[in-house]
Amino acid sequence: MTEKDERKKEEKSLTGFSSILSKLLSQYNEIELEDVEIDVGDLEIWVQPTVGAATPLKAVPRAKEKPTTILEDKFKPLIMEYPGRIVEVKLGATKGEGGSRSKSLVIGGETAPAFYLFEKATPNIPVISFDVFDMKIPLAKAVKMHVQDVLEDPAAWAKLSVDKFGAEMVNLHLVSIDPLIKDTPPQEAAKTVENVLQAVDVPIAVGGCGDPAKDLAVFEKVAEVAEGERLLFNSVTLDMDIKKTAEIIKNFGHAVIAFTSMDMNQAKELNRKLYEVLPKEDIVIDTTTAALGYGLDYAFSIMERTRLAGLMGDEELQHPMSSGTTNAWAAREAWMNMDPEWGPRELRGPIWESVTALTLLLTGVDYFMMMHPAAVSTIKDVLKNLKKLGGAKTEEIVDWVEKKIEG
Amino acid sequence: MAKKSISPIDIYKLLPQTNCKECSEDNCMAFATKLVNRESSLEDCPPLIQEKYKESYKKIWDLLKPPMKEITIGVGERAVKLGGQLVMYRHEFTYYNKTPIAIDVTDEMSKEELIKRVKAVEDFTYQYIGKDLKLNLIAVRSTSNDANKFSSAVKTAVENTSLPIILCSFNPEVLEAGLMAAQGKRPLLYAATKDNWTETGKLALMYDTPLAVFAPNNLDLLKSLAKTLTEYGVEDLVLDPGTYPEEGIADTINNFTMLRRAICKEEDETIGFPLIGIPLITWTKNEEADVARWKEAYTASVLMARFADLLIMHSFDGWVLLPTVIFRDNLYTDPRKPVAVKSELVTIGNPDKSSPVLLTTNFALTYYTVEADIKSADVSCYLIVVNTEGISVESAVAGRKLTADKVSEAIKDFNVSGKVEHKKIIIPGRAARLSGEIEEVSGWDVMVGPLDSSGIAKFLSEKWPPKKA
Repeated sequence: MTEKDERKKEEKSLTGFSSILSKLLSQYNEIELEDVEIDVGDLEIWVQPTVGAATPLKAVPRAKEKPTTILEDKFKPLIMEYPGRIVEVKLGATKGEGGSRSKSLVIGGETAPAFYLFEKATPNIPVISFDVFDMKIPLAKAVKMHVQDVLEDPAAWAKLSVDKFGAEMVNLHLVSIDPLIKDTPPQEAAKTVENVLQAVDVPIAVGGCGDPAKDLAVFEKVAEVAEGERLLFNSVTLDMDIKKTAEIIKNFGHAVIAFTSMDMNQAKELNRKLYEVLPKEDIVIDTTTAALGYGLDYAFSIMERTRLAGLMGDEELQHPMSSGTTNAWAAREAWMNMDPEWGPRELRGPIWESVTALTLLLTGVDYFMMMHPAAVSTIKDVLKNLKKLGGAKTEEIVDWVEKKIEG
Repeated sequence: MAKKSISPIDIYKLLPQTNCKECSEDNCMAFATKLVNRESSLEDCPPLIQEKYKESYKKIWDLLKPPMKEITIGVGERAVKLGGQLVMYRHEFTYYNKTPIAIDVTDEMSKEELIKRVKAVEDFTYQYIGKDLKLNLIAVRSTSNDANKFSSAVKTAVENTSLPIILCSFNPEVLEAGLMAAQGKRPLLYAATKDNWTETGKLALMYDTPLAVFAPNNLDLLKSLAKTLTEYGVEDLVLDPGTYPEEGIADTINNFTMLRRAICKEEDETIGFPLIGIPLITWTKNEEADVARWKEAYTASVLMARFADLLIMHSFDGWVLLPTVIFRDNLYTDPRKPVAVKSELVTIGNPDKSSPVLLTTNFALTYYTVEADIKSADVSCYLIVVNTEGISVESAVAGRKLTADKVSEAIKDFNVSGKVEHKKIIIPGRAARLSGEIEEVSGWDVMVGPLDSSGIAKFLSEKWPPKKA
């Protein structure tokens, strides 16, 4: 495909996204109008603790002469040197590369903090992957309405994500393999993966259930049947047989997410163990995503620290970062029915996922696992605008103070 | 006092001077030296963070003033402080003065409309893990460019709210009319530009107000204006490098980032002032109202994540403001607060032998949310906090950090059977699949609670005490 075609396709799919968003928004327009009224009587009066009200001092007039023209100065940005570089990880494999995907994707490669474009261009634009589950699971209503016809058919779900929502990748979660849920055997789970690989031609990530032994058993089978496809396994954890997992990944030509729970030292420890078997280029790290309002602050700072540490030379943290952004839906504000003044949950949910994703994007996340089409469309839109500097049109904002706003 | 001329003795005078060594220094003088060198933080001195040293704490903080000036807008209880940042990244220390948010009104709104909006902004509250999240200022925009209209709008605003005001116009005559209507209220004047800086600078001096400087996408000009106005005698500036939503978002966040870095890493005093971001600008593109709202919602959080110290917004919709005020709260939480709370048996209210026993994980946010929900339900109970290594319920179940064995151990370790005379434990709905195993291992009866702790009140009122079999 030529660059021009590529762009056309991209533009087309972006228009598609925008229409999803505007459909979503218009759908709730009416409810929304009813909701703007806030019953003041229901709200508490704010009593702020007294903090010794500051009495402003009178400005002391200066004796010296006041300037009559602008004192010209130059702003020189401080440019830093980063000794480290984030490795590039390839996801998916085309026929020529030994797989069957229509194209492969590359994440990572950063040599400066995320979108510090005044220092360095972004080498690879982050990838967004759509979550697909291998069985019907409880989903927030706002998400369910978009996928309700495919909830029991992961291949159809994957296809819908690619065809309708423009997914660049599919993130298949094999939740049913959990011994406490359906205990689906590895053979059967591998069959599901094969079905999804046949239904779509984008790269695939395959997630387990969290049981260290069962995940390994399933990964082994899946890795084998999908040999050469360069799946992204989600994930290897400290409580698994790390060496064996790494060998499976390596032997069948895949990549893996190293998942740890909000602890940089654990992330380093897990990576050290993986390095015994795997090259760095096979490893993506996930330091855990918590929802906006429910620990996003921790996730945000750990990711920011992790990325900066990698750039500053910590060789155990120079990996692309992954985020299970779908966790945003764990926030009650995202899914719960609330008083009307807080708006419909059909809007609260996707904006919750969007804000969670965007703020983590700024810390350096390279791979997002997401769920709501409007949230994905939002992130794609922002990513398009984050590619390069120079889009600012000053004439559009210079008189913002006087602009009349309808609504 | 200039930062560089502070000596350790200035700090020492204000310290407790007990040489208690809790900061792991030999004495208070050594600690004062470390503070001056910014090798230690005030929080390293445990006595100093006690209530009785609050004044000293504040004085030392003032002495060690940060590279970004702290600016006060407004007077009285709801005056807001902004800026005062010491570091670029929150993990380096912590952020101060959580981004105040202003909501706009215009001088072409009807008086009734204006009063209603101003009061609604003032009353806005969202309760979040025991805190009240609020909006902070009113930005009065002159869309008429008419001094009389602006004067009367500002007058109406200050008569109907104690929230601080931002006066927005590029016309000095209009601004002066606003200043006269807001005498003694210390509003923020928005904004000085390359064309009006002499007049606006003069107004800021005459009325003793902070002054915003607007130089969109031109950091040379922004710095030049800041330098000129400082020289002119205006001490409190707020800098606006321009908020460009969408196509200009890359320029916007890069400008903010370069400024913040120069302020915090180079301590460039010329531009050592708070930065203002204007998500409201998403509304000026004549898009559908809901599209503007949607874009304003995420632009607000993006700006805060990339160093905005003050925001002006237009949307007054719950679904726009909720993620905004919650993200702000998250970002400004002290990052040194641990992810995990202590694993223990927590007593809420005055439980007796027939009170319910609930269970949660030791992930701080889960714990505080559950605790706040139980407290607001006004029930007395015991709450077992299981050590899941700081992981939330759902992830802990999936990752085997919350297991039947752990629950059983916790029941034994905390001697729960010595506290109550029943053997029933209420587990989170998201841990439902562990219920059979927990019953087997611990010998306690499991009641599966609600999926979300907001349902605890209802659950207990319906299911507790349990009906006799």
